[in-house]
Amino acid sequence: MGFDTAYEAMSEEADAGHRWAFGTGFTDPLAGVDTSLPAGIDGGDLAAYCLMLGDDALVFSHRLQQWLARAPELEEETALANIALDLLGQARLLLTRAGAADGSGRTEDDYAFCRAEREFRNVRLTEITDDDFAGLIARLFVLSTWRLALLARLRESADPVLAAVAAIGVRELAYHRDYAAQWVVRLGDGTDYSRARMAAGLETVAPLVAELFEPTAVERRLAAAGVGVDPAQLRPEFDAVLARVLAEATVDMPDVPALRGLPGGSSSQAGAVGQAGRDGVHTEAMGYLLAELQSVARALPGATW
Amino acid sequence: MVTETAALAEARRLAASVPDPELPMLTIADLGILRDVSVSGRRVVVSLTPTYSGCPALAEMRRDVAARLTAAGFADVEVRTVLSPPWSTDLISADGRRKLAEAGLAPPRSRGINPGGRPPGTPRTTTADPVPLTLFATGPPVACPRCGSADTLVTASFSGTACKDLRRCRACSEPFEHVKEV
Repeated sequence: MGFDTAYEAMSEEADAGHRWAFGTGFTDPLAGVDTSLPAGIDGGDLAAYCLMLGDDALVFSHRLQQWLARAPELEEETALANIALDLLGQARLLLTRAGAADGSGRTEDDYAFCRAEREFRNVRLTEITDDDFAGLIARLFVLSTWRLALLARLRESADPVLAAVAAIGVRELAYHRDYAAQWVVRLGDGTDYSRARMAAGLETVAPLVAELFEPTAVERRLAAAGVGVDPAQLRPEFDAVLARVLAEATVDMPDVPALRGLPGGSSSQAGAVGQAGRDGVHTEAMGYLLAELQSVARALPGATW
Repeated sequence: MVTETAALAEARRLAASVPDPELPMLTIADLGILRDVSVSGRRVVVSLTPTYSGCPALAEMRRDVAARLTAAGFADVEVRTVLSPPWSTDLISADGRRKLAEAGLAPPRSRGINPGGRPPGTPRTTTADPVPLTLFATGPPVACPRCGSADTLVTASFSGTACKDLRRCRACSEPFEHVKEV
């Protein structure tokens, strides 16, 4: 139909039943997609896995959105906004898949706005704040390299929905990684000052890298079933991409100990990190992030206007 | 009775005429996101495929398809999302590419992707680098849509939307947008 103005498109007559508090006109991103569970796939495990990957995208997207109106130049601002939008789209698909997979019927909004901090399964690198633009670039470069390697493999998932979501996301992440890599080189191989900022950004990121490659019990089971990917397998590709780009940038990834979470114990993560993001154990930054992300939905539950 | 064939042709024509709100010179048929239209009695099912995961234009296009078909008298309209095989800029029609160029947007280069998807059992060959790092590999040049020169450079890898980058022509000095290959 097309609308004459944005306000008309937002009006309730034009869009009855949608809650503007959560965005206008959002429909189920999997509308019409066959979301039935293929035989032999554990719905609970699949839902948990989709939450991990969906939360990574949702939380990092939110951090990127916080850069709007703070980026050094308009071109970088549009780039960061577009990357955030791609990730938000991936999050919507994955969170919706989670609600269908476990049979709970929870929506993307239920997951994004109505869970507590301990229920979020994102890796901690997605949630930390950035000291400056170089810090953000270090984080974007590491996260997009890792997620691209992950989603590239997930295109072969035994869950056709997850495979399809991965196939779409891979092309987006390739551009995110490319954008970040170009900035890593420009800053690293730039002036003394930009080089120092790039090195500082990598130093902030480095302690949170080990966590990206530690499989949880859910990931191990789903990898064995051909549904998910064991993140430990991503390390060689990740290291190779980092080595090529950092060599060009004439900076190094510092060799530092991993930032530990809570002691392993009964945790699914028995490696060097202990319980961390995938177990719902987050850094201090996460609470502040959620307080902002969920503020409207918490203050005015189910609001429409 | 008005045959279902005629109704199908009408439904197809209406659905295919919906423009992309972000690239309004293109219809969803030009863009290659209209996957299927089927008619059964007064019921129409239209299948669309998303371009980017977060493209806000898809919701607008879904509404537009439903509104046009409803206004034309189809009582029961369903717009479905089809995720697989994923959309690619290779699916933009020749007509669509011409319209982009006429509007001053450089059309995407071919990625050589089989629109029907990869035949079953064929191994993937692009796992590591779906789009290679441009630091280490660049594709064929993107020609300026105004003067045709191949001497152009990227000034911003994301433009007003995720699907375009911003470039400048060194021959005629004009800036232009280019639809990125996916």
